[in-house]
Amino acid sequence: MLNRFTPMIKIQKLIHDYIKRDDEGNVAGTVRAIGGVDLHVEPGRFIAILGHNGSGKSTLAKHLNALLFPTEGTVWVDGMSTSDGKNLWEIRREAGMVFQNPDNQIIAQVVEEDVGFGPENIGVPTEEIWTRVEESLKAVGMLEHRKKSPNRLSGGQKQRVSIAGVIAMEPKCIILDEPTAMLDPNGRKEVIKAAKKLNREKGITVILITHYMEEAVDADMIFVMDKGVVAMQGTPREIFCQVERMKELQLDVPQVTLLGHELRKAGLAIPDCILTKEELADALLGAPEAAGEKEEADGDQS
Amino acid sequence: MFDSITLGQYYQTDSVLHRLDPRVKLVGTFTYLISLFVVKSFWGYLLAAMFLFVMIKLSNVPFRYIVRGMKTILFLLLITVCFNLFLTPGEVIWQFSIFKITREGLSFAIKMALRLSLLILGSSIMTLTTTPTQLTDALETLMKPLRKVHVPVHEIAMMMSIALRFIPILMEETDKIMKAQIARGADFESKNIVKKIKSLVPLLVPLFISAFRRANDLAMAMEARCYRGGEGRTKMKPLVYCAKDRVAYFILLAFFVVCILTRIFL
Repeated sequence: MLNRFTPMIKIQKLIHDYIKRDDEGNVAGTVRAIGGVDLHVEPGRFIAILGHNGSGKSTLAKHLNALLFPTEGTVWVDGMSTSDGKNLWEIRREAGMVFQNPDNQIIAQVVEEDVGFGPENIGVPTEEIWTRVEESLKAVGMLEHRKKSPNRLSGGQKQRVSIAGVIAMEPKCIILDEPTAMLDPNGRKEVIKAAKKLNREKGITVILITHYMEEAVDADMIFVMDKGVVAMQGTPREIFCQVERMKELQLDVPQVTLLGHELRKAGLAIPDCILTKEELADALLGAPEAAGEKEEADGDQS
Repeated sequence: MFDSITLGQYYQTDSVLHRLDPRVKLVGTFTYLISLFVVKSFWGYLLAAMFLFVMIKLSNVPFRYIVRGMKTILFLLLITVCFNLFLTPGEVIWQFSIFKITREGLSFAIKMALRLSLLILGSSIMTLTTTPTQLTDALETLMKPLRKVHVPVHEIAMMMSIALRFIPILMEETDKIMKAQIARGADFESKNIVKKIKSLVPLLVPLFISAFRRANDLAMAMEARCYRGGEGRTKMKPLVYCAKDRVAYFILLAFFVVCILTRIFL
């Protein structure tokens, strides 16, 4: 069953209802957070899921780790259905999860002990825990802080420790549920860099849930969630081309793309869908009125 | 305002005592506390004091640092001494109006003061040389037999270590909420006791809500990392006795036996 052609994540017609209860605990109604999602993720990909608040993206993330179970439909992680109780721990080991708040997911009082928490739970022998902890901390560039208390770390460093804690369990897939929402710009960069590195070097599937568009630019594939369904999917270029459609979904496109889009609308002959500063600079240099516009572009970059 | 908080007053340095297995230190401290109640003669107290002095020397913690911890109980010590000194009936050796000191009272007071000081110093040696994490580990291992009578030993230890992890975070949060409430005109400085208690309500309610939210998040994060109680769990840092721990146990036993002997023969 677990061959390399098994999709990492396969979701079919997933529906999730949150049940609202009144003070006596009676069911007072349901709120549909996810209303029929189909999703397919190949192993080794870097996937971004975008969506504004309340679009159901965090609920979807919790399904991938079997923290929530489908009301209807099925979620398969590496060929295992999350509805089947006996798969529970294997799914949680294979699909690690990093949450939003860095403080509320670090359990131990020393960095290395926290990274060792996952392997301890799945019964890894002591010597192997140590090698795993060392490798994981090295992979996220936190090895020199291994003896520190988590309270002494910055937000970005704490999130990297959380990522290390997940990869110490040797997962095939990491789900990052808005890992950068509470961080400063530098911390955001650190965390995204670490995630990309893991994807590239270890071949771990990364599913990044975010509302920072810049973080999604390098993804292999983007899914845009709106009102509990997948509203758009495609490569970053395909998604961010549709500036107007994204605005309808209350989402931005990366600033560079927006600038390119506006310049094009203003009549400048540059290609549509610019994703990076470099592309924009090249396009502007190549454009007929490049000389005049170059300074403007430089100004925006700084 | 909570900048200077150090939990369990652990003193970071390297010494024989720091490297000792935390279980030895825990058992040792209890043995020492019991021995303080076993000894009765001055020779016994002298022995206990000597033993403690050697331990302090071995711990590499500056003597001044340890004694500083005594300041807080100085008042308690004084009261105890006074009560024993003036209120013990017996052969009067000094009298001034209603105050009289008896021979028994004097010896009792001195012994009491000695016992209390040694008690505090003895237990602070343990907390100074052992991190809270090590202590929790030691407690978990030592209490393991209690699992047979359905005491949730692992869960208690886990709760203790989580509490230790979150105390600084909640402290910081209290500080933040306090400042936010002060910015909106809350008065935490009032001397009036009723007002003071009332002013705690807008502090405690948000703190509790946030603590529950944190607990919820943390539980989810632990589940996501395959936590399912103590069953089938391995340890990253298992406690293993080595030669020096066995030597320490032997010294402890010898000390305890001598203490009992002083009670019988001196």
